[in-house]
Amino acid sequence: MLELAMGIMLGLLGLGAGCAMIAGIGPGIGEGNAVAKACEAIGRQPECKSDVTSTMIMGCAIAETTGLYGLIVAILLIFVAPGSFTGILKEAIK
Amino acid sequence: MTEAATPDVKSTRFRAVDGALIAMMILPILALIVLKVLFTPAADGVQIAGAMIYAEFEAPVMPVIITESQINTWAVMISILGLCLYLTHGLTAKAVCRRQLIAEWIVEKCQGLVNSNMGDYFSAWAPFIAAIMALSAFSSLICLFGLFSPTGDVNVTFGWALLVFFLIMYYKFRGGLWNYFIGLFKPIPVFAPMNLIGEFSTPISMAFRHYGNVLSGAVISALIGSALSGLSKSLLGWLPGFLGDIPFLRIGLPAVLSIYFDVFSGVMQAFIFAMLTMLNVSGAVPWEEWAARREKRKKLKEKLSKSAA
Repeated sequence: MLELAMGIMLGLLGLGAGCAMIAGIGPGIGEGNAVAKACEAIGRQPECKSDVTSTMIMGCAIAETTGLYGLIVAILLIFVAPGSFTGILKEAIK
Repeated sequence: MTEAATPDVKSTRFRAVDGALIAMMILPILALIVLKVLFTPAADGVQIAGAMIYAEFEAPVMPVIITESQINTWAVMISILGLCLYLTHGLTAKAVCRRQLIAEWIVEKCQGLVNSNMGDYFSAWAPFIAAIMALSAFSSLICLFGLFSPTGDVNVTFGWALLVFFLIMYYKFRGGLWNYFIGLFKPIPVFAPMNLIGEFSTPISMAFRHYGNVLSGAVISALIGSALSGLSKSLLGWLPGFLGDIPFLRIGLPAVLSIYFDVFSGVMQAFIFAMLTMLNVSGAVPWEEWAARREKRKKLKEKLSKSAA
């Protein structure tokens, strides 16, 4: 009984971690857009290349945050959650 | 101020101090490597773990825990202090040493960055911003020595972000507590909860951004390393003797990938953390309200002094 519950729990945690990383799609699209626009801007005005580049990298880093939230949730689900959930499960089955 | 006497660069004393400062730069890192080798338990397979706990003391409220991230941060701080002292050793008006040029370049760049992003009012902030940037960058970069990056621990980055949060709050209160409170209900009162969440999300997002980037780099490096050693075990395991145990594929290739995951990402995050600190702090000052408040106080003071006279 406990083994079955444990197996289901660990499998679902893995699935949850995978689902959490769907959050990576958004920043990917957003950063791609940002870089595309920055390339256009540099093509139009090559003299402001350094300004555009630094602003773009800033914006990319901020856009990345949502993806990183997903990553942190996934890491918590893989490394931290099993330890704490196992105790709860044992208590519940007893 | 009188011009300092030109130091004799070739004298034994100057060289001895130089050597001591270089030792101050390198010894903490070496000590960290020795500590890590002594304390890390031997293990096979994928090793992804948080900061190691070196010591734990009993204390009245909660146990004091000395972790790897604290020790590494202190070692990095000592190392940076040594670097700064080395670069500024033998400063003169004429620049006898080449290192003075590097020091001047760093100071000029930091001053320029702070002036262009924060305005002239905050120009005294350059040392603080430079310190944050250097500490963050070097903390991320010590993973090149195989050590644990303190910035890969959420407690460290959250501590820095809390510091920045307090600074932001201090400058927001400069316009008066009441004005700040009113500002939460703008543009319409329905936005109050969202504004409140926005206030507290700044440090959380800053901390998690830095921590997540460094940690993801570390996790990917560990995965690549273990995958390559497994691959070389199955491909080159037939080699005789101890040659079969050496993971040959692991030599070189992870270093190429760590140029992005460790070096670029770490330095980038240091720059972004400093940049966000500058933008948040300089954007937090309510200039108009502050000026109005000062004007009001001035008038009150004049009134008081007149009535006293």
